[in-house]
Amino acid sequence: MKADALSGGFFDPVFGAQAVFRALLRALSRPGEIENLPGLVRPPTPLNPAAAAVIACLADADTPIFLDRPLAESEAVRDWIGFHIGAPIVSLAGRATFAVISDPEKMPPLADFWLGTEEYPDRSTTLVLQVTGFEGSRTLTLQGPGIAETSALAPDPLPARLIGQLEENRRIFPRGVDIVFASRHAIAGLPRSTRILNGAA
Amino acid sequence: MYVAVKGGEAAIANAHRLLAERRRGDPAVPALTVDQILQQLSLAVDRVMGEGSLYDRRLAALAIKQARGDLVEAIFLVRAYRTTLPRFGASLPVDTGKMAVERRISATFKDLPGGQVLGPTFDYTHRLLDPDLEGEAEPEPAATAEDPGEGAMARVTDLLGEAGLIEPDPESDGEPGDLTREPLSFPAPREVRLQALARGDEGFLLALGYSTQRGFARSHPFAAEIRMGEVEVEIEVPGMDFSVPLGRLKVTECQMVNQFRGSAAAPPQFTRGYGLVFGHAERKAMAMALCDRALRARELGEDETAPAQDGEFVISHCDNVQATGFVEHLKLPHYVDFQAELELIRRLRAEFEDREGGQEREAAE
Amino acid sequence: MSTAQEKPETPYNFAYLDEQTKRMIRRAILKAVAIPGYQVPFASREMPMPYGWGTGGVQVTASLIGPDDVLKVIDQGADDTTNAVSIRSFFAKVAGVKTTTHTKEASLIQTRHRVPEMPLSENQILVYQVPIPEPLRFLEPRETETRLMHALEEYGLMHVKLYEDIARHGHIATTYAYPVKVEGRYVMDPSPIPKFDNPKLTNSPALQLFGAGREKRIYALPPYTRVESLDFEDHPFRVQEFSEPCGLCGASGVYLDEVILDDHGGRMFVCSDTDHCEGRREAGHRGHLAGAMGAPGAEAAE
Repeated sequence: MKADALSGGFFDPVFGAQAVFRALLRALSRPGEIENLPGLVRPPTPLNPAAAAVIACLADADTPIFLDRPLAESEAVRDWIGFHIGAPIVSLAGRATFAVISDPEKMPPLADFWLGTEEYPDRSTTLVLQVTGFEGSRTLTLQGPGIAETSALAPDPLPARLIGQLEENRRIFPRGVDIVFASRHAIAGLPRSTRILNGAA
Repeated sequence: MYVAVKGGEAAIANAHRLLAERRRGDPAVPALTVDQILQQLSLAVDRVMGEGSLYDRRLAALAIKQARGDLVEAIFLVRAYRTTLPRFGASLPVDTGKMAVERRISATFKDLPGGQVLGPTFDYTHRLLDPDLEGEAEPEPAATAEDPGEGAMARVTDLLGEAGLIEPDPESDGEPGDLTREPLSFPAPREVRLQALARGDEGFLLALGYSTQRGFARSHPFAAEIRMGEVEVEIEVPGMDFSVPLGRLKVTECQMVNQFRGSAAAPPQFTRGYGLVFGHAERKAMAMALCDRALRARELGEDETAPAQDGEFVISHCDNVQATGFVEHLKLPHYVDFQAELELIRRLRAEFEDREGGQEREAAE
Repeated sequence: MSTAQEKPETPYNFAYLDEQTKRMIRRAILKAVAIPGYQVPFASREMPMPYGWGTGGVQVTASLIGPDDVLKVIDQGADDTTNAVSIRSFFAKVAGVKTTTHTKEASLIQTRHRVPEMPLSENQILVYQVPIPEPLRFLEPRETETRLMHALEEYGLMHVKLYEDIARHGHIATTYAYPVKVEGRYVMDPSPIPKFDNPKLTNSPALQLFGAGREKRIYALPPYTRVESLDFEDHPFRVQEFSEPCGLCGASGVYLDEVILDDHGGRMFVCSDTDHCEGRREAGHRGHLAGAMGAPGAEAAE
């Protein structure tokens, strides 16, 4: 384990995690709203600080994490997760409580993740998708719980095939995955309950 | 004149001061020490440890003192403290076959290797109140065995198992569930049921176990063995190829064997009900074993007809901390809902009287 | 009432729960938000107050609360009922947060049996204490069965029960814990609030979280979620109406408590939401019995 795996965790584990959780709660209960998440942790690249803060807030030894290839191939990232979070890293998307995706263009289809059952729809993966920002070229118009009328979300990048998968994810409600988009210093939520009005059609 | 109720804070503080005063009782009488409770009310301590689910005799004794002897309240205190403790890992299963036995009896064999060891038991005492205990009389010292041996004695179920007459110990497949860390779902696996029973209320399990003896899920139990004594607790440390002893626990184990005529899948054999409890808690261990066996009805292809066989019913209601909380929460104000019901009852009565009145008028016409 | 402290001096972690427990509860809360109205099982902990006395709400609040929060706790709509006092002082002690009795000042409101009269805002979270989270429990006691009924969206039994009321009484005879349907999917127990409060649940700007400690369930209504009280076309849902306004502040259209004044049938109706009532009296509103009350807010101790 490299020495830098030992640094870069929450400066204050109690209040750091609390602040991140409240941002997450706002993000997932108000889809489309962007929540600022100033650098509370300093992870090794390619893991970005907001994505790292989300898993540091929620994950632990009880929650297997799936990493996409660029993250899984980084020893520094694996060490950092091992030291600061202690979550087991799994290679099967369908077994993961959390998944961190550094390259949404090449991510596995949403249907490969843990989707829950009709009896226990909560037993499903929460995905953290790293993006460069929220001013992408394609704006999703959202509707559903947490949204007064409609809201807008433009994560960048937003792979075209992901939009179709998101619609399918809504169709299998209450099963499905929940998504947190994470730029370096902000997050936005897209829970399974949200409908996309300007989808593939 | 109407005055709104205020000052809950002061009232609560005053009530708590009064409680502390009543707990102490007459100050002319010396205060109980935790050591006295530990030494002289040791079976109460054991019950609080078992149902409090925390092996710490001293804290259990303190809880009994703080709870004025209300054991369910003491169990609650211990549980609330237990919640705050970090979990470092899971120990290896304790080997009760290697127990340093203080007591060991079998009802199924007249004699057996290691013998019947009565130990400190109420059995065969005549339940006559002893006025001498009012005084300071010290008991005569008990006799000690000439050769106490190592204490380790083969378990009766292992003796039977050799001949294939009894089902084998179930295979362990990895870390057992833990209902204090994962939400319970039904049907619960056996190890989680056993955990719930071990933490469960002695009185509730006793009554349920009793009901199985009276025909509600008759299971023909025999007390193959009851043993009580100390066992070693060991933990595996990653990176070391031997296990590390953590300490010793006193436990009571009960193995009930039950007749089983066999099913399509299993040959006729004796089946087991299992009880294991912290400390010396024989009644609880026996009741637990009866309940465990009754709860295995579905697994063994028996009809589920009795309360003791109903896993959801038994497991959902055996915890006395949960039960006492919810029963006692009826003391909390409910006047908002009561107001809603009051309005409804008035309305229903008015409707009822209208109808009655209407009928009377019709009858009069 | 407001006392902000720097660092609470207790041997326990901030807000009592250890961080691992908070993570577990936080994960459950986020899943609850993502599946509105669905009861997420969680490994509820033993708290230092009894099960049934708000342990679910307390665990949810403990997982949410931070040093910048201002907490309000009500029971039956009142800030000074004994259990509300007890829970509020618990958090003042273990989290050292500011507390308030004023609805509009609070960022977190924990409640038992009422929704505040004042409309909530986007910056507030309402945490309900829930005794029995399963709306179907009194129709079907088994968890294995009710879980399947929710999975299959099989709510016929509930409608049959409500319809039996209509057949017998001419109207639905459920006055509190009146079941609702969330976003057209899950039937949900709104906790034992009077049905008077049900209309406040729908389309609320505030996030609403529900915690049931003994039953080990957390569920949620995100802001702006559609919540409908179950009813029938020919028997639409109706809330309670009171024949007179609050005797102290003159408010109508609010939920009232009936207070017995003497043993010859004397009684009056007063606001159940004590903060709402005090606010109105401070603003100069007077009920028809307020004359006997002396100055507003000058109630004697105990």
